[in-house]
Amino acid sequence: MPIGPCLRSACVVAALALSMISTHGQQKRTLTIYAATSLTDAFENLAAAFRENHPDTEIVLNFASSSKLAAQLLAGAPADIFASANSAQMDLVVADGRIREGAVKSFAANRLVLIVPADNPADISGIEDLGSKRLLLVLAVTGTPIRDYTNVMLNSYNDEFGDDFAKRALENLVSEESNVRQVVARIALGEADAGIVYQTDVTDEIRDQVIRFPIADRHNQIASYPVAALDDSALPELSEAFIVYLRSVDGQSILGSFGFCAPPKEPDEPAAEPTSATVQDKLNNDETGVAPCEGLEAEG
Amino acid sequence: MKVWKLKADKLLLVAVSAFAFLLLAIPIFVLVVSGLGSRAWEGLPESSSILTATLLSFASTLAVVCLAALLGTPLAYVLSRFEFTGKRIVSLFIELPIVMPPAVAGLALLITFGRRGFIGAGLAEAGIVIPFTILAVIIAQFFISAPFYIRSAQVGFSSVSAEVEDAARVDGAYGWQMFWYITLPIAWRALASGMILCWARAVGEFGATILFAGNLQGRTQTMPLLVYSVFERDISAAIWTGLILIVLALAALFVSQWFAATQDRLD
Repeated sequence: MPIGPCLRSACVVAALALSMISTHGQQKRTLTIYAATSLTDAFENLAAAFRENHPDTEIVLNFASSSKLAAQLLAGAPADIFASANSAQMDLVVADGRIREGAVKSFAANRLVLIVPADNPADISGIEDLGSKRLLLVLAVTGTPIRDYTNVMLNSYNDEFGDDFAKRALENLVSEESNVRQVVARIALGEADAGIVYQTDVTDEIRDQVIRFPIADRHNQIASYPVAALDDSALPELSEAFIVYLRSVDGQSILGSFGFCAPPKEPDEPAAEPTSATVQDKLNNDETGVAPCEGLEAEG
Repeated sequence: MKVWKLKADKLLLVAVSAFAFLLLAIPIFVLVVSGLGSRAWEGLPESSSILTATLLSFASTLAVVCLAALLGTPLAYVLSRFEFTGKRIVSLFIELPIVMPPAVAGLALLITFGRRGFIGAGLAEAGIVIPFTILAVIIAQFFISAPFYIRSAQVGFSSVSAEVEDAARVDGAYGWQMFWYITLPIAWRALASGMILCWARAVGEFGATILFAGNLQGRTQTMPLLVYSVFERDISAAIWTGLILIVLALAALFVSQWFAATQDRLD
């Protein structure tokens, strides 16, 4: 085939594909959600459930570490909703002006857990071993929420296991992964000896491939997840509807089924807007059946 | 009417060409301008990570180029001189890493040389763990970039005509002697050009490295991994590393094109 007609037919195919995408967009409203990696399974489920009540809505989920998402949002990436694994990354977007401070609401909480491969190659029996044994430790990269929580947690053990415990533990670090799920993958594959992840990251698919070691409540960190609609979203009502759903009894029970705890109570949370007052009531009524993270020992 | 159509055609041609060029050039231009404009170098002394990553990149890619020359040259020579069954398959496997996604290559390396891998499990028994070491970086870079050298060297060897080697043989040159004194002096520019392309590709390697070797400053974090790891919290370090990589890539392109051009003139 001569190059001319070949090129032309390729162009026709490409144009056709593009037009299909764009007409698709006209019929359906597309809600773009930026969510922390640890929310992957829960949000895929939540999005599917939300679409049942909003059949004309297409939901595009973009998962990455909260810090990467915040950087993308600061660079002007188009999105309707941002769900972060800590307030630090949310605050960056608020400071940038793309999210109003009053729009930020917490919707879930999480905790850290130590995981090792099922055959436990470094023979680890708890957090203390991270600082006393030679092993291959994998953590998420500096700047991600999970890493911030992990650093605080390791340092909090210093008075128990020695002043330089955190330092000794970090000397075992062999790789900084770009998000928490990649840490899980390294452990599930058995390439590394130990990793610190959220309790929700040990999903059903990999439950058999890892052993979990709980972290005592007094050292563990409560990861609080804030969510907000972007101020420049083209679909403010739909975005708000999703956030309301996220914090509703139904939304909370889906999050709970993936191991998330109820969001911590925020005494200084700004007065709830009329539309979400009922949700706020329900949340405070503890009707969701989702327990808070505090005082709940992780299962082994 | 016809003249008008020709003009319109030409206009369209120029417009599309200009658009394509701008699409390729503007991002590089913006990166350079923002790097210089933000005076990113002022934050550099604290960013020791750039120096560490640069040294690591140079060390690993030097090893890769040496390995490529050592292992790739015989292979390229064999491919250019001998006909054998399965030669097409061998060529296919050599060229595959050039077009396959590096992340797939990284995954393949991990399940081969990883601690639980096909070969790695045996090595782990012997106390050798490859992932998370500079050896893993070198293997990943070699896997992706050696084909660039092998392809170029093969073309170079093929450009040495059979008559020249036959004449040398008549004069009594054999084996190594012929390779050193006849083939290499004629083909060396193609080999050098291939080596530079191989090096440039190794410097830029990202996907296979991060999957197979992991990412830790001073251990396995090469320059592209640094860009990816820090752009959200230290944009100036990311931009500066990016600028260094662009300069290296430009230099590599110039030198390799110069070698290729002088080789062409020779032919």
